[in-house]
Amino acid sequence: MEIIEWIRMLLGGALLLIGVVFFLVEMIGVFRFKYVLNRMHAAAMGDTLGIGCSLLGLIFISGWNWTSLKLLLVIVVLWFSSPASSHLIARLEVTTDENPKEHYTEKMIGASADCAEEKEEK
Amino acid sequence: MSKRVPEEQYKKTFSFRFHQWLNGTKDPYLDTVELRPQEEPKQTDEDLEQEAKQRIIREERAYNLEHNAQARLFSKLYRYFAVIMCISLALVLLTGVSYLPKFGLMEHPTNNEVPARYIEQGLQETGAINIVTGMILDYRAFDTLGESHVLFIATCTVLILLRVDKKKERESESNNDRVYEPKNDVILQTVAKYLVPFIEIFGIYVILGGHLGPGGGFSGGAICGAGLILYLNAFGFAKTEKFFTGKTYKAMCFGALACYSLAKTYSFFTGANHLHSVIPLGTPGAILSSGLILILDICVGLVVAGTMYTFYVMFRKGDY
Repeated sequence: MEIIEWIRMLLGGALLLIGVVFFLVEMIGVFRFKYVLNRMHAAAMGDTLGIGCSLLGLIFISGWNWTSLKLLLVIVVLWFSSPASSHLIARLEVTTDENPKEHYTEKMIGASADCAEEKEEK
Repeated sequence: MSKRVPEEQYKKTFSFRFHQWLNGTKDPYLDTVELRPQEEPKQTDEDLEQEAKQRIIREERAYNLEHNAQARLFSKLYRYFAVIMCISLALVLLTGVSYLPKFGLMEHPTNNEVPARYIEQGLQETGAINIVTGMILDYRAFDTLGESHVLFIATCTVLILLRVDKKKERESESNNDRVYEPKNDVILQTVAKYLVPFIEIFGIYVILGGHLGPGGGFSGGAICGAGLILYLNAFGFAKTEKFFTGKTYKAMCFGALACYSLAKTYSFFTGANHLHSVIPLGTPGAILSSGLILILDICVGLVVAGTMYTFYVMFRKGDY
């Protein structure tokens, strides 16, 4: 049984480390990118994989009990709600961007303009 | 039958002068000075252009670091002094911290008879397993009553400051972006549809379980209010105003605060004056236990949830 305990602890620690590495990459991305949407692209990695791996590691360390279930629920809620909130931020940025030619290629501007026209028609 | 007074006679009466003073057309004491706002000075376009040019020249002189040696020196020194200032401030604060007693020692000056009594007899006297809730809603319930009133007064102030006059709103509806609502966002609506019920249930659970574990009125109310705000963002005012309007908020808040005050007055009288309290403490651990704490928790939760939602609505729309 002791071997299983050891494996569990090692697995949990490894997952925690992987989560920390993802957070590190996210931080570098958030500071290096200059535009909101690029930054959100980088930040999304920490919101999904980083927090997921860290909490999964904590679940492995905690074992089979109610705390683990609560941590699992935290993962579910985070993965459910953070995409929606970043979708809202991204949409606000796209709709209120003052000089889109700096940030998007012409093809993308055409596509978003078509979307705007469709929305107005509705 | 009313007699119509001639105009000259009416002008001599007190009420006429009072109305004049109220409307600001005449000073009642000097009788001749008119209280009208000053006329705005007329500015031609040339004046404005010249002013702008001069301002640009002044800014060039003041902030152009290549030609202004004084500004260059200042900006260099500013950086160094900022660093020195921060470091010295941190040092002062850290020396202050180093004189504090260590955390969790028995000889700590805060370890006097008050926390000892809370820990030893809190369960018997309040009936709450969560000692913190027993403290804030039984021993120090008067303090919590003040906090709830602070929240209510804050909402009143926000109402006074941000409430939009309905007549004025109609005039400037075209350039008022607060009326604008993002509609039919499928992603947000789908997420809100599944998430809001769970958020509300969790908030109610936190409110009701305040005396059994971590939680209580403030945190649970905040969760409920956040759920309401999410619902509002996803589905708009048309849906939320079916069940939550300004009237609902007022009734809820007044009711909760009055209930809290009455319940707490009763327990103060019975607790301090050697009267017998009718309210049983119940068995610790059951949900209907610990006397008034559950009722007070619900009151605080209602106030907090309503306050959060009202704040958001006031900032967003200015009116219910």
